[in-house]
Amino acid sequence: MITVQQLTKRYARNTAVDHISFEVGKGQIVGFLGPNGAGKTTTMRMLTCFLPPTSGEATVAGFDVLEKPLEVKRRIGYLPETPPLYPEMRTDEYLGFVGKIKGLRGPELSKRIDFVLDRCAVADVKDKVLGKLSKGYRQRVGLAQAIIHNPDVLILDEPTAGLDPKQINETRDLIKSLAGDHTIILSTHILPEVEQTCQQVIIINKGKLVATDSVNNLQNRARGAGSVLVEVAGRNGVLEFAQVQRRLEQVPGVSRVQFKHAGDNRSTFEVEGKSDRAIRGDLARAIVESGWDLNELRTAAISLEEIFLQLTSSDEANAVSSGSTTNGTEAASSEAKG
Amino acid sequence: MRNVWIICRKELSSYFVSPIAYILLAIFAIVFGYFFWNSVGYFIFAGMEAQMRGSMFPMNINEQVIRPLISNVAVIGLFLIPLISMRLFAEEKRAGTFELLATSPVRDLAVIFGKWLAAVLLYGGMLLVSAINFAWLFRYGNPDWKPLAIAYLGLFLQAGFMLAIGTFISSLTRNQIIAGAVTFAVCLLLWVLGWVSEYDSTPVARVMSYLSIPLHFESFEKGLLSLKDAVFFVSAIFLGLFLTSRSIESLRWRS
Repeated sequence: MITVQQLTKRYARNTAVDHISFEVGKGQIVGFLGPNGAGKTTTMRMLTCFLPPTSGEATVAGFDVLEKPLEVKRRIGYLPETPPLYPEMRTDEYLGFVGKIKGLRGPELSKRIDFVLDRCAVADVKDKVLGKLSKGYRQRVGLAQAIIHNPDVLILDEPTAGLDPKQINETRDLIKSLAGDHTIILSTHILPEVEQTCQQVIIINKGKLVATDSVNNLQNRARGAGSVLVEVAGRNGVLEFAQVQRRLEQVPGVSRVQFKHAGDNRSTFEVEGKSDRAIRGDLARAIVESGWDLNELRTAAISLEEIFLQLTSSDEANAVSSGSTTNGTEAASSEAKG
Repeated sequence: MRNVWIICRKELSSYFVSPIAYILLAIFAIVFGYFFWNSVGYFIFAGMEAQMRGSMFPMNINEQVIRPLISNVAVIGLFLIPLISMRLFAEEKRAGTFELLATSPVRDLAVIFGKWLAAVLLYGGMLLVSAINFAWLFRYGNPDWKPLAIAYLGLFLQAGFMLAIGTFISSLTRNQIIAGAVTFAVCLLLWVLGWVSEYDSTPVARVMSYLSIPLHFESFEKGLLSLKDAVFFVSAIFLGLFLTSRSIESLRWRS
């Protein structure tokens, strides 16, 4: 549906997008991932014919963005970072206007307006003036205008930015439900969003393509490390963590035990097993047989966030892989916020 | 063509849902109403005086009332036109809705022409207010309607030109105040450019006076249909709208 080859956008002083190539198949949801300023918006703007590429080519539904912009625009629904709303218009009036400039007429237009009002759950504000809508409604009206002409391709620039958690979930569900009929590219710097909504991820950083893969593959890659987090508690109020560590190290298949932190009569360890050997059962048995309680035993999987950090910043990569999971998550989310 | 009309209707409705249109119409109605009242009052006074003296000084309502009033309408337009055109593109750029228009299957020219047309129609609304005043002259007097019609045509052409300049300038900035102020400055300069012709006739001065708006409006004001001046205004309108389309396109290359 979308083919991008060696797409480049150069400005006077910097290169915003640097020889990016990727392909998106029909009906897929693709997450476009990258820190702020990575070139996500620029790439999307080139796909929507808002910006012309400096070099390289992009085709949408078989039409080149430079040669057949009108055909491309007819097949694309675009939600920019800030929904493009006219504050003085009413919701239905606005959707009518957008429908008309996208080429809808008469009964078909009113049918589509009713459909998107319903689909994006904005029917209850259809008589309200857009300037007075809350952020969540504005975002959904923005989504409604993007799908009004039933485009083949939907391009959504940070569709959940600035929404509250409930609205984020609703918007994600809405996007997921749209996937069957439309091919969707959505950009974000929030990783769970990609994990939850997308099938494929395209990661870019500083204008360059870093990775493109399916979400499953990326997650599998993350689990490869295979270390386990164990929380152990003492039964009678005393727990010597050095003793526990020594005991864990004796479990067959364990290559390394690292003490993480100790709480009130509890200790947490990160245990690394030798290549692919199942150590969980042995660990649990060893702990219980030694007379301690096993509070928790879980995979210390690296989240997409950590892969993302590893891929996008080589400096931080080492810090993340040696640091704890929780620290990694915090670093990633603070990066996402900043 | 459909798209031009869609854009134009949207622009007109946004003029009329916000207070801008009403404020502009009210300002025009008050100021022009005052001029009209003043001018008609003086005409009546002069007429009674002539009658008392018994002189047969010819009284002509077209020459003595309508013509000066038309030139007043033109000057009021100079002040109000920047206020009409300043928001056309600046507002869309600020609100981010320009991205919607630019990614919709609508040609730039349709957007530009639609917006300009909406501005011209709003100006037409102001002229309608003045026409209500003039209607009283036809009710109680017997003026000739042809010079008035030609004068209105001239007003439209002249306003169309200034609005095309305003559209262009509005496409250069995101700030409406800047767009309005610069448009006013440019129009004012074009207004007074002809002054040099009074003492100078070098080629530079001739070019300057050729660019001057009132010089081309003069014949319309007199009630003469001058093809030369009409061509000047029409081609200037096209130039303004063409520059706008260049500026819109350059936005994409620069932004």
